[in-house]
Amino acid sequence: MSTTDDQSVGMDYLESFPRKFFRVYLPLGLIIFFLLFPFYWMAVATFKPDAEMYDYEKYNPFWIVHPTLEHIKKLFFDTDYPLWMWNTVIVSVSSTCISLFASVCAAYAIERLRYKGSRYVGLAIFLGYLVPPSILFIPLAAIVFQLGLFDGNLALILTYPTFLIPFCTWLLMGYFRTIPYELEECALIDGATRLQILMKITLPLSLPGVISAGIFAFTLSWNEFIYALTFISSSENKTIPVGAITELVNGDVYHWGALMAAALTGSVPVVILYSFFVEYYVSAMTGAVKE
Amino acid sequence: MAVMAEPVAAQVKRSSLWTRAFESRHFLGAMFMVPAIAILILFLAYPLALGFWLGMTDTKIGGAGRFIGFQNFVSLSKDSVFWLSVFNTIFYTVAASAVKFAIGLYLALLLNERLPFKSMVRAIVLLPFVVPTVLSAIAFWWIYDSQFSIISWVLIKAGLITRYIDFLGDPWNARWSVVAANIWRGVPFVAITLLAGLQTISPSLYEAANLDGATNLQRFRHITLPMLSPIIAVVMTFSVLMTFTDFQLIYTITRGGPINSTHLMATLSFQRAITGGNLGEGAAISNAMIPFLVAAILLSFFGLQRSRWQQGGRD
Repeated sequence: MSTTDDQSVGMDYLESFPRKFFRVYLPLGLIIFFLLFPFYWMAVATFKPDAEMYDYEKYNPFWIVHPTLEHIKKLFFDTDYPLWMWNTVIVSVSSTCISLFASVCAAYAIERLRYKGSRYVGLAIFLGYLVPPSILFIPLAAIVFQLGLFDGNLALILTYPTFLIPFCTWLLMGYFRTIPYELEECALIDGATRLQILMKITLPLSLPGVISAGIFAFTLSWNEFIYALTFISSSENKTIPVGAITELVNGDVYHWGALMAAALTGSVPVVILYSFFVEYYVSAMTGAVKE
Repeated sequence: MAVMAEPVAAQVKRSSLWTRAFESRHFLGAMFMVPAIAILILFLAYPLALGFWLGMTDTKIGGAGRFIGFQNFVSLSKDSVFWLSVFNTIFYTVAASAVKFAIGLYLALLLNERLPFKSMVRAIVLLPFVVPTVLSAIAFWWIYDSQFSIISWVLIKAGLITRYIDFLGDPWNARWSVVAANIWRGVPFVAITLLAGLQTISPSLYEAANLDGATNLQRFRHITLPMLSPIIAVVMTFSVLMTFTDFQLIYTITRGGPINSTHLMATLSFQRAITGGNLGEGAAISNAMIPFLVAAILLSFFGLQRSRWQQGGRD
């Protein structure tokens, strides 16, 4: 992807700075401002005392005169927020691990073992990727209830893979395809079993793909909302997105400070993870589309 | 690779391990598929089928339903709220997707320029897509607040309006507000994936066009757009699917209000099925989304085939 980076600019250097400023930097700056403003606003509201939050005449709304940790303190000590955070971590990590394991096996089988009908199974898995959760949540709620999983982490851990496995499998199939088959043939001739080949050759070589799939799957499950909203009812079992929306609003009283603190602190872990693995994340996102 | 493996197998004296590994390929393949297939059948295929069935029953939460055929659809077809939600969904999808495509493509072209801190800029641009939608929607909720909206405040200070805009209280204001939030979330996805497509276009094409005296617009029209069209088709299909079935933004910002004017089919089905307890009716509303989704997928599939064929591909 980055190979064409340096050459793609052609005669760009001939352009004068003012011209380029109006053609590129200014519109880019405006778009980035538009994209980042809600985050700034979230952060400002988190650290702003109530007195400033609701008084635009006396205090300029864009600044904080007396920053406070009051909202964060309220969030962490007066609500179930720590539990939501814990649930979100447990659910995201478990469903990501389950999905990665299932997807690695499935992608290897489809792409390398080429069993009878593997092409059709691959296609079916791709179609599964296109089924949106908004269609599935009602029957899934019925199933989750029947299985006795309702209102527990397990309900989410088992249902999140429905959108993670198709995505991960599809992505990993693409990565496995790029590994020369000759390597596997050599190993086969040397007497390695398929499992050994997968563990010692294919998987190490496609590690970037596995990381990409894992990071993306983790953020997807961290962000998931509709299943968590439907399958969980008691406050201590909720995930961050659901807890923030349902528990921090008492009737008509919106605790804006706490809401914003929840939004900010709930986003930070994903953003940190993302910032470490930007390249992997981007390649997962674009890889799934490019195939 | 079966073709490659066959002659080798014929020449080499078969050891038992080789034979087993080769002969049990299908069995082994099936074994490897078990975890994925088990989860997908139990929690994807079965619910999909169950959804069709539920849509034809009058199931309520906590009680078994009976088969009532197309009764749910008949009653929905007389239900003005349902038709309003269909209209809203289509409006939401068309308006948001069109703008997302326009801004996304523009942003992708801007990011494809020579820029300082390019990879950092790209990482920042993608943030709205990474952050949990519900949590950023909370920020939008606050931005659209009727008394403390920062947009209203700035516009009043600038002297452009005289009183606070009621973003979420008026039907059309509310519709445009959620569309704007959706655009905000969707632009990075479109831009970054299109950027990946742009980077695969060979610079030599542009150099050749430059030598032939092509203008910027001509280069865009005759090189960038045709080379990018397959990826545009895929990206926009995904974008349309995500927008059409959107739930989180609406549920967080408006809950379908004011007076159902922002209800999408997904939020309406949630309201009827989970809040209202009529699982059957809710499932029928979800099922009503499927024809639209299939149409969108087929459209892009055939669009893709055509553009691949134009570029000299086999299919």
